[in-house]
Amino acid sequence: MAEEKVEQRRRWREFWRRFSRNKLAVVGLVLVFVMFFTGIFAPWLAPYSYTDQNLDAVEQMPSLAHPLGTDELGRDQLSRILWGARTAVIIAPTATFFGVSLGLLLGLLAGYYRGWVETVIMRFADILFAFPGILLAILIAATVQGRIEAWLKGFEALEGFVKAGFAQVLVVIVALSAVGWPGMARLVRGQVLSLREEQFVEAAWAIGARPWRVIRHHILPNAMAPIVVSVSMSMGGAIVAEAGLSFMGIGIRPPTPSWGALIIDNYSFWRSPAAPVLLWLPALIVGAMVAAFNFVGDGLNEALSPGW
Amino acid sequence: MITYVVRRLLWLPFLLLIIGLITFALGLYGPGDPVLVMLGQHANPEAADRVRHELGLDRPFLVQYADYVWKAIHGDLGESLKYRGQPVGRLMASRLAVTVQFNAVVIAVGLAVGIPLGILAALNRNNLMDYLIVSLTVAGISLPVLALAPIAMWFLAARFHLLPSGGWDGIFSRRIIMPTLVLSIGPAAVFVRQTRANMLEVLDQDYVRTARAKGLREHTVIVAHALRNALIPLLTIFGLMLGGLVGGGTITESIFGIPGIGRLVWDAFTARDYPVIMAYTLLVAVAYTMANLFVDVCYRFVDPRIHYG
Repeated sequence: MAEEKVEQRRRWREFWRRFSRNKLAVVGLVLVFVMFFTGIFAPWLAPYSYTDQNLDAVEQMPSLAHPLGTDELGRDQLSRILWGARTAVIIAPTATFFGVSLGLLLGLLAGYYRGWVETVIMRFADILFAFPGILLAILIAATVQGRIEAWLKGFEALEGFVKAGFAQVLVVIVALSAVGWPGMARLVRGQVLSLREEQFVEAAWAIGARPWRVIRHHILPNAMAPIVVSVSMSMGGAIVAEAGLSFMGIGIRPPTPSWGALIIDNYSFWRSPAAPVLLWLPALIVGAMVAAFNFVGDGLNEALSPGW
Repeated sequence: MITYVVRRLLWLPFLLLIIGLITFALGLYGPGDPVLVMLGQHANPEAADRVRHELGLDRPFLVQYADYVWKAIHGDLGESLKYRGQPVGRLMASRLAVTVQFNAVVIAVGLAVGIPLGILAALNRNNLMDYLIVSLTVAGISLPVLALAPIAMWFLAARFHLLPSGGWDGIFSRRIIMPTLVLSIGPAAVFVRQTRANMLEVLDQDYVRTARAKGLREHTVIVAHALRNALIPLLTIFGLMLGGLVGGGTITESIFGIPGIGRLVWDAFTARDYPVIMAYTLLVAVAYTMANLFVDVCYRFVDPRIHYG
């Protein structure tokens, strides 16, 4: 037992050594931590509430009272950006989690059982691939929106959440997961297809291991590296996709702050001298987070791929 | 080879049938009523029913879909609900022309910038030049158009008045420069990354060493031996981009005021103009499938090692 622990610790140290060799990956990891920290502690970090309007101080340039100025309704831009991190911290991991879980499960089934299971699953993935992605997300979001809102009304305990835009967040999560799984299913199936030809899998079958055991102990651990990398990258993708959906008027709507919604709400300021704080800053934050998740993905790729 | 192509093409009708069904269902069960959008929210219910009956929207779902498929097979994609009396086919054709021209320019610029930079980076591996190009690529891949557009527009249009902020006046107008600039950064970055990686791989191959060993000039080795093989994997990306040619960016076309097909679909969505949305989805599916097939067939010709059953 103790030896196992030592072995595990050694592995982690080895993993970290390889990961931290990529300096950009470390920078990305720090940014990701900052995003999560900000998202979780937004209510304590933000100087104002994201809905506080001050119509005597609209469209102000940065000042001591408002370090990043105010928007057209006199809302503090810094507070809205900090609160926007919370939306990102909720949406990116959840949408990725559901999309990845579905893709992982279906990809495993398709690759492991082959035959008609594979045909049905992969054909369905093909169909979703041939769909124009953003349109499918929009159609799904528009279709489930009313239903989710009606469903949430049934839970009185959730009233506070609903007021804070919980329903819209849920809609975005559903739409992004539905569009996101086929890519993961393809990736996982490819991995499984090559792994099931390996001798250690054959050996496991030969001694009569059950399918679930083979998948859990022999296939999954060896297929993990590309999956983990793609999880990291799709977190960044989810943040951009949320911005795109907001731009289309689907998903996060005012006054709920999200970085996407901040870009969209302030788009009309593109000529204004306040554009750098009102518009560029949220836009660059989105870009930086995508880059950060990509860097972490690259770092994981180097740390997890064998033969280094 | 021919069997392979035929088999792939036979899948297309099924694909279209299912994609059509999904879109049709999302349209019918989704929110919003095209008739109410047409007549206004406070329309007389009887009038609304009459219009619904005229358009055949009161029939059962499957009957409506079968009718749509039957007409579509005969080349009739229906009439737009928003622009009454306009056949969807004609409506889409004019917008499609804009989108295809614009995207072709974007891809061409992406290729023209991306491939040389990729080669340059590979030949200067781990030099300052390489680092510079690679970091620019990372920025180009990460920054979404939604983030790049306002910054480019502020500097080039609002602050220094160098360029118009967008609009459409054909591909030879100054208006196209700004959207092309912003949009081609992504494809260019993808091409740089791929070209660099492929070049590095190919330069390590035996046949490149052989070419050098027999005393060919470095220029010949790079262009005739390495580059030709390094560009093969780019075919996949290029082919899929060709497939995306007809797609049109809903967001980008809105930002830059380009009257292309992405914009049309967005307007169609807000007006619940489902015939247009249906036609668009089917068009994209056909383009995507054909592009994939094109890529696979091309591979067969450029890389004789590949065989298809």
